[in-house]
Amino acid sequence: MGQFTPTPHDPDARGHFGPWGGRFVPEALIAAVDELAAEYDKARLDPEFVNEFQRLLKDFAGRPSLLTEAPKFAERVGARVFLKREDLNHTGSHKINNVLGQALLTKRMGKKRVIAETGAGQHGVATATACALLGLDCVVYMGEVDTERQALNVARMRLLGAEVIPVKSGSRTLKDAINEALRDWVTNVDETHYLLGTAAGPHPFPLLVRDFHRVIGIEAREQVLEKAGRLPDAVVACVGGGSNAIGIFHGFIDDADVRLVGVEPGGAGLDSGSHGATLTAGTPGSLHGAMSYVMQDEDGQITEAHSISAGLDYPGVGPEHSHLKDIGRAEYFPVTDAEAMEAFALLSRTEGIIPAIESSHALAGALKLGPSLGPDGLLVVNLSGRGDKDMDTAVKYFGLADGGQV
Amino acid sequence: MSSLSEVFTTARAESRAALIGYLPAGFPTVEGSKGYLRSMIEAGCDLVEVGLPFSDPVMDGPTIQAAAEQARSAGFRVRDLFDVVSSVADAGGRAVVMTYWNPVLRYGVDAFARDLAAAGGLGLITPDLVPDEADDWMAASEVHGLDRIFLVAPSSTEERIAMTARASSGFLYATAVMGVTGARDVVSSAAPELVARVREHTTMPVGVGLGVRSGVQAAEIAGFADGVIVGSAFVSAAADGDGAVRALAEDLAKGVRSAAAATV
Repeated sequence: MGQFTPTPHDPDARGHFGPWGGRFVPEALIAAVDELAAEYDKARLDPEFVNEFQRLLKDFAGRPSLLTEAPKFAERVGARVFLKREDLNHTGSHKINNVLGQALLTKRMGKKRVIAETGAGQHGVATATACALLGLDCVVYMGEVDTERQALNVARMRLLGAEVIPVKSGSRTLKDAINEALRDWVTNVDETHYLLGTAAGPHPFPLLVRDFHRVIGIEAREQVLEKAGRLPDAVVACVGGGSNAIGIFHGFIDDADVRLVGVEPGGAGLDSGSHGATLTAGTPGSLHGAMSYVMQDEDGQITEAHSISAGLDYPGVGPEHSHLKDIGRAEYFPVTDAEAMEAFALLSRTEGIIPAIESSHALAGALKLGPSLGPDGLLVVNLSGRGDKDMDTAVKYFGLADGGQV
Repeated sequence: MSSLSEVFTTARAESRAALIGYLPAGFPTVEGSKGYLRSMIEAGCDLVEVGLPFSDPVMDGPTIQAAAEQARSAGFRVRDLFDVVSSVADAGGRAVVMTYWNPVLRYGVDAFARDLAAAGGLGLITPDLVPDEADDWMAASEVHGLDRIFLVAPSSTEERIAMTARASSGFLYATAVMGVTGARDVVSSAAPELVARVREHTTMPVGVGLGVRSGVQAAEIAGFADGVIVGSAFVSAAADGDGAVRALAEDLAKGVRSAAAATV
């Protein structure tokens, strides 16, 4: 099955996955999302588009990414572990898959300007990269708090020719960056494509972002069959908005015996109220254009998420995850900041791979799942990004600058 | 005929446009917003839009964003909205509520409609709810006798304008520019064109909003629309006190009346 083959899991024509998804956006944006949906419907069936996308994945992003067995880490898990190495992609995470696809769509639509939101900076850097490659103007909205936390990524984006606009409204983090990008889009929609970074937002974003990331699961399934001779018992991925998870899940979604496990940012713990575990602890609502689980108070005001990982620090989640949770095809649970950081250090020490803190949540999830599977168990963990960008956080967390040892 | 239709038939009978003023409930405080809304009605607003301050107002520019934040940090709760709407009705005014959709979903669509109707509210303006997703609201508004004010934009296709007009009642809200709320110096040239397109599909009154701040601009819009909607300018005036709110309403009220001569 190809990456763009329509599946029985596609949303309906108006973007609904069961009761989730849809389009909760101003009328002024409907023409733009209609145009995008129509263009994507054509592009996904156009061999020229598909070939060009696959050529860029191979020759620019460096795909296929490796599937690496992690035997020493596995000793601590208690089951066999393979890592899907999205950290080895150009720009250091899975995000490049989606931005290359959407940047090509932008060109097909004849638009010259791209806007994007970013939290940790990974999606912003990937977007700035694709725009530099394809000759598109690029503006990235980033919460002011995050521009301070991630100064290096701000510099990378600027070096790549993007304009980075610090967002000073609201909580000055990812959700406000999305609000500001939407305001820009509604003002400049004729010449601008909003290159949304996760499998959320109004239809068709959850569908097309998922499809651009389906390559992760397609590769992982072939690779694990080749290396282990069988399908895994579970596929584990971190879930903020949920793009890397939905991409790898789809490679296995029709394999009923493969558990699909999403690991959410538990922050300081669910009881503390300081977390981002939207699927575990959220309630149905509409945020940023779609119905999904959201974190909100009893008045329907969106609450702020908290996670040590800026990339998971989001009070919403992609609508297809809400659907997969409801129908029981996927399962979701949180791990805390402390558990994620322990896994971050453990993988670094045992396997010589420094993972992103986002991906460390998936690793911590594997550590929790392992004992129930036993030594005959087999896990594929999506290592969605590399940890270079997180060194500031790690230095502070472990006291590495003061001679601290992990 | 709905009470909202009355607003427009009265204005039409006087050969003028209706003046519609917006203020967020709870801005700067719950009691403060009641006072300003009363002043807006006394000084010439035919209808007020009571805003529900929301955490993520993607259709709003900096002025209304800041007002919503101030209202929320002063302790605004959704239940206060109905109290503010009641105060408008008690003062002899007419009110609709303008709200992002999530607070309504959370409250319960039917419960929200029930409590809004009980407070004397006449309808809802829904900036991020299009008719395509509005089945629950269509049902609840019928049950509780509320008007549905959906938006049309310069980017709307003919098909969508027709569909949105069919789903609406009371009036249609035409956004004059592609963009977010906020006072602008000149009236967009897209506005008359959009209103003309809307008239091809419906006889329903059309209100034009986004960017209006002066009597002169109000007069210009009154030359082609049935209602002139003013938001951010009232929010800015409220920061300067009651006198500024009344002065703005009076200026705008003159504006919507001076267009008559120009269009005859």
